[in-house]
Amino acid sequence: MKIGVLALQGAVSEHCKVLNKLGHEAINIVSQHDLFGIDGLIIPGGESSTIGNLLVRYCLLNPIIELGQNGLPIFGTCAGLILLSKYIEKSNQHRLGLMDTHVIRNAFGRQFSCFEVNMPIPILGSIPYNTVFIRAPYIDKVHEGVSVLLSYENKVIFAEQNNFLVTAFHPELTDDMRIHEYFIQKVVSR
Amino acid sequence: MEIMGKSTGTSTVKRGLAKMLKGGVIMDVVNSEQAKIAEESGAVAVMALERVPYDIRHQGGVARMSDPEIIINIQQVVSIPVMAKARIGHITEARILEALNVDFIDESEVLTPADEIYHILKNDFKVPFVCGACNLGEALRRIGEGASMIRTKGEAGTGDIVEAVRHIRKVNEDILRVINATYMELMTIAKELGAPYELVLQVKKLGHLPVVNFAAGGVATPADAALMMELGCDGVFVGSGIFKSDNPLKRAKAIVEAVVHYKDGFVLAEISKGLGVAMKGQSIAEMNDEVRLAKRGW
Repeated sequence: MKIGVLALQGAVSEHCKVLNKLGHEAINIVSQHDLFGIDGLIIPGGESSTIGNLLVRYCLLNPIIELGQNGLPIFGTCAGLILLSKYIEKSNQHRLGLMDTHVIRNAFGRQFSCFEVNMPIPILGSIPYNTVFIRAPYIDKVHEGVSVLLSYENKVIFAEQNNFLVTAFHPELTDDMRIHEYFIQKVVSR
Repeated sequence: MEIMGKSTGTSTVKRGLAKMLKGGVIMDVVNSEQAKIAEESGAVAVMALERVPYDIRHQGGVARMSDPEIIINIQQVVSIPVMAKARIGHITEARILEALNVDFIDESEVLTPADEIYHILKNDFKVPFVCGACNLGEALRRIGEGASMIRTKGEAGTGDIVEAVRHIRKVNEDILRVINATYMELMTIAKELGAPYELVLQVKKLGHLPVVNFAAGGVATPADAALMMELGCDGVFVGSGIFKSDNPLKRAKAIVEAVVHYKDGFVLAEISKGLGVAMKGQSIAEMNDEVRLAKRGW
């Protein structure tokens, strides 16, 4: 599979490494023509406001929205979760807004409060998953059509809606590739 | 199955934030107006300071950690991470910055060193640290103490990129030497670099530093920023270069774009147009050794 990784800013190479390990081709997306021929797209962690600005400046926002509406599987981690959400609390930043979710940015606090924790994720089987949170957002409201895949302290941190998948944590910072595999399955079965 | 307790301040979490900043620009700001301009321009983080390096250089005197009020005011107006500087070896300034909940501490040679022998043991803190390094040995010593991010030690406040270039070239050259060495040679290389053996071994296995490495010191134009990316930096700190120039917002935006499209001459030509006058600057070749900041720290 050819998976695009939005490479405007953030933890891009970490996602590419996982994709390569799983035997897929990773394409850095920096301008519109890079989108041609990809089977799926990852929006990495980084600063969501910065990535949003650059999406607009490089005319990538609307083409990606269109691809998403036409069924392209898109996986967003952290900043990617924010950018995919329709509603962002106290913010008018640029976004893709493809998912019917309401998110709160930096919702677990500043860097001092960032954490990692092992927890089982039902759809991935019984082996616990190491979730890493870095100035992470969470989803505080989901609308119809969104499935919650995991919550922590009653906060939604892993969700899916049709061709979209989002995590508030960073699967690309661990060696556990199960969430990327889950996304690839979505791409393959499209 | 039960959820195990959560751990804060782990190396994954601390190094992780640095990874999220990759491909981005971190800007020095001295008040909340500047912080807002930086955020609007697309900065991934701001460095909250009392004086930018250019002013520290020209006004002289002892440069210390910023007044907490400046940091708090800036934290209140931006949603991106806020960093702040502590003096080299000043454990207490670092503790104060951690209590203020800054997102990253820069143990910085731009401030007057508090300790002439020891750097802060950064592993003792939950907040991540960034430190300057002129070569691989220095980078690995700082990482050994717990730094989660490295940056070049270019001459801040000069607008002259030559030192930052020298440092990244040297780090790259040292890394290549480690990669090309046999395992038998690594202990001797560690001795020569003055670096912890385990970390030299890690560089050999990874093929790069175990943490993110940014450019810092002397970046004044979009072309300077793009050059540092070309040489392998993961992102760029810009200090005096933005708010000591004619049109800070325009220049800041241009530098942000230059970091993304650093290989694209056409984009760089476009964004470099009509930025107004860059900071005046001072050539490092004209400076005495004793005023060079890179000589601070070891």
